[in-house]
Amino acid sequence: MSVSYNDFVIRFANVNGSGSASANGMFAKALFRMGIPVATRNIFPSNIQGLPTWFEVRVSEEGYMGRREGVDIMVPMNAETLVEDIASVKPGGYLVYDNSKPLPKHLRRDDIHEVGIPIATMLLPEFSDPKQRSLFKNITYLGALAGLINIEFDVITGMVATQYKGKDALIAPNIRALEIGRQYAYDYLDAPLPIQVRRSDKVGNRIMVDGNAAAGLGSIYGGATVCAWYPITPSTSVAEAFEQHANRLRIDAETGQKKFAIIQAEDELAAIGIVIGAAWNGARSFTATSGPGVSLMSEFLGLAYFAEIPAVLWDIQRAGPSTGMPTRTQQSDILSAAYASHGDTKHPLLFPSTPKECFDFAADALDLADRLQTPVIILSDLELGMNDNLSEPFEWDESRRYDRGKVLSADDLDQLDVFGRYLDVDGDGIGYRTYPGTHPDKGAFFTRGTSRDEFAAYTESPDAYQRNMERLLKKWDTAKTLVPAAEISSGKSRVGVLYYGTTALPMPEALDLLEPEGVILDTCRVRAFPFGEEVTAFIDEHELVFVVEQNRDAQMRTLLITEGDFSPAKLVRVNYYAGLSISADFIQQSVLEYFQANKLPRLTEVKS
Amino acid sequence: MTFVAKPKAHHPKLPLNEIGLTRRDYEGSVSTLCAGCGHDSVSAAIVQACAELSLPPHRFAKVSGIGCSSKTPSYFLNKSHGLNSVHGRMPSVMTGSNLANRELYCVGVSGDGDSASIGLGQFAHIVRRRINMLYIVDNNGTYGLTKGQFSATNDKGSTSKKGAPNLYEPIDLVSMALQLGATFVARSFSGDKHQLVPLIKAGLRHKGMAFIDVISPCVAFNNHKGSTKSYDHVRAHMQNVVNADYIPHHDEITADYKPGSKEDINMPDGSTLRLHKLDDQYDPHDRVGALNYVQRSAETGDVVTGLLYVDPKAADCHDVMDTIQKPLNQLSEADLCPGQNPLDSINAGFR
Repeated sequence: MSVSYNDFVIRFANVNGSGSASANGMFAKALFRMGIPVATRNIFPSNIQGLPTWFEVRVSEEGYMGRREGVDIMVPMNAETLVEDIASVKPGGYLVYDNSKPLPKHLRRDDIHEVGIPIATMLLPEFSDPKQRSLFKNITYLGALAGLINIEFDVITGMVATQYKGKDALIAPNIRALEIGRQYAYDYLDAPLPIQVRRSDKVGNRIMVDGNAAAGLGSIYGGATVCAWYPITPSTSVAEAFEQHANRLRIDAETGQKKFAIIQAEDELAAIGIVIGAAWNGARSFTATSGPGVSLMSEFLGLAYFAEIPAVLWDIQRAGPSTGMPTRTQQSDILSAAYASHGDTKHPLLFPSTPKECFDFAADALDLADRLQTPVIILSDLELGMNDNLSEPFEWDESRRYDRGKVLSADDLDQLDVFGRYLDVDGDGIGYRTYPGTHPDKGAFFTRGTSRDEFAAYTESPDAYQRNMERLLKKWDTAKTLVPAAEISSGKSRVGVLYYGTTALPMPEALDLLEPEGVILDTCRVRAFPFGEEVTAFIDEHELVFVVEQNRDAQMRTLLITEGDFSPAKLVRVNYYAGLSISADFIQQSVLEYFQANKLPRLTEVKS
Repeated sequence: MTFVAKPKAHHPKLPLNEIGLTRRDYEGSVSTLCAGCGHDSVSAAIVQACAELSLPPHRFAKVSGIGCSSKTPSYFLNKSHGLNSVHGRMPSVMTGSNLANRELYCVGVSGDGDSASIGLGQFAHIVRRRINMLYIVDNNGTYGLTKGQFSATNDKGSTSKKGAPNLYEPIDLVSMALQLGATFVARSFSGDKHQLVPLIKAGLRHKGMAFIDVISPCVAFNNHKGSTKSYDHVRAHMQNVVNADYIPHHDEITADYKPGSKEDINMPDGSTLRLHKLDDQYDPHDRVGALNYVQRSAETGDVVTGLLYVDPKAADCHDVMDTIQKPLNQLSEADLCPGQNPLDSINAGFR
């Protein structure tokens, strides 16, 4: 039998709260430390203890980080989901299970390989405490897997030592549990299996981190001093990461006091209110939430848009509508974020695809919000936010300076004959602001959500109102030139594919899958709204553009049609929204089906 | 409202305060509220208090929600920045503003609709958070801007202008503030500047949450027969209690009336409101006692006024959180950005 290396999907089925996460995490980290690209996905219930949870690791020498359909190695540790777990194994795949109790006959499949390990039986004489025995089950199957697929053992034992540093008494029994598993594989099983890992150099200097941790850290680097938030899955860890890093990196050396303030607010309305109040008074501030929170924050976002107050909002998207599936991923807040609030409102959006981009966009968004004096919403999602992703390492350009936008100091005001908060002095639609308390006589103004003139005086004059709304559109045009540009690869095809956020993860693999079918696609990864000229040009230059996204209603497509005036016929929707992350297989099949249904020539033929 | 613009020229002999400013330097733009509105008296009291305290008039952050009361920050301290935010959300915006710059005086003005209904949650939580601010509620028991609906502070049985009774129990913000841990709780009346001005002064100087519920009857919508907030009704139902606005920790606060006396207030429409003062035995440092007193008085329809509770040694939100003394909005990149070095070790931790 031929052996495949570094190319499989392994899935662990566990019970929520059973301590499986650390063993599973060690598995993925061990492969990562062997230089093998891995992508991890926690598929977990909206629950704390007792319900089924899965952990999936995509192992790919090619570096394909998207979800792939089908499981090559299944490790079912949860009796409740045994039926579906066994059914999910690809023909020819492996079922690595605890055969202390035999598998029920009706569940057995003759098209997969059963690899039974008597984990519970083996642990019985080793550990007298039943709770410990249960916990060490996870470590034992990790040891068995090390034998079965050839994980370098010292990589794993090294991690145990690091993980339990300070709790040294736990190191020896953990290593013993690992050895029990591995020894059984060597002694009684046909180890290693034809699915194996081997050391690689494909990871490079990349790190493995979740997007929310990157967002929290990036907010530190970007100079945020106020974080106000309300707990909501899957965004909570953004604020937690900010606090964790701030407690280390933002302590005044002299006094030991904090150079930041975090408020866990009473609700999302208060969270965004605090952010807006702080930003109005000149502190960089942000909040993190998910779709339901954006709904609650909408009124305030309209105020900030109209009163022109900076704010940064992370929306870690999950499956809606309503409470939806709080622990499943989607990209379904595009429209509600873009147009959050009543009246003619629209907000710049950023779409990060990797943890590195979460880090970068955290700082960029703080700059943009200050420069544009408006709320900026960053649309991440559960897939990026809560799963460990391979990422370029974080970097900070020491020569970078915060862009605090147009803010007048007391000296500036002294030089000035006329100050009008909403005067468009520079022709870019952006006025000059002052922070409260700046100058004894000059620069104070009254901020309000009601209409006002260029000098911030209340007015209901139709002309003044319309002038102001037109200026806000001019500012919107300025925003187009400041937001991160789309990443475009063009010139190979008349057909393009446009995508954003985590839909980028399976895209390289989808393109590789399509190529042998004669389908070659130019690509446009949108990174921000409003769309820059490059996005318009990309769509104009192609006969057809697939718009691939993870929601039901093709929200980005709607945004493109509405804001770009593109022909709907030209933008073909490809939508996956079942709550798992979109896979390369799905994209490939959807595109091929469209080609077949519309009898489109394969691109290789068109080329010739 | 008046359509007569305020004259720009000041009388040359207006008295100067300790920092060389006159009271005109603390004023705002012309009010657009109804002629004789009690809220304008509150604004005037704020002007007087700030002028007499000789506070720099640009070192304030004024924040409000929505409603008649929330329009008033335009009408005082026009050398300071103001933010008229969204309905019921002044507390969160003020929280953010105070986090950004702890050195500014924070004046939040809200109404009974703003604080007792749509913003009741934010009111409760800003009290808990101990933001260092003066929180004034202009309490008239009615929604003025939408023409006279009951607010949540209106008494059960009180009637609307058309005669319909209010069926629901009132919310007493003073009791709530006491219960939630406010460290300065007062009730006053918009027509009694002798009482109100010293209270505002004390509130501005208080560290932590200073809450003043100012009864400010609505001359347009809640001054009719059948309303328990009408001057006639209040006058008829007032019970005498002894005033206790002697505040040892804030000598500025003085009152014309002596303990044991009562006070008749002449209102703009010529009616009189008799405010009840607290008795000699009243201990303004006993939170539970104050709460009991206010609740018991409410049972008999009394309006209790004065500085009901004060904790002069209170800590504020910044003390609790242990934030740096320098305002957060003045920290530079050098203070805030850790640079590449720690990032290298953070990256290493993710390998």
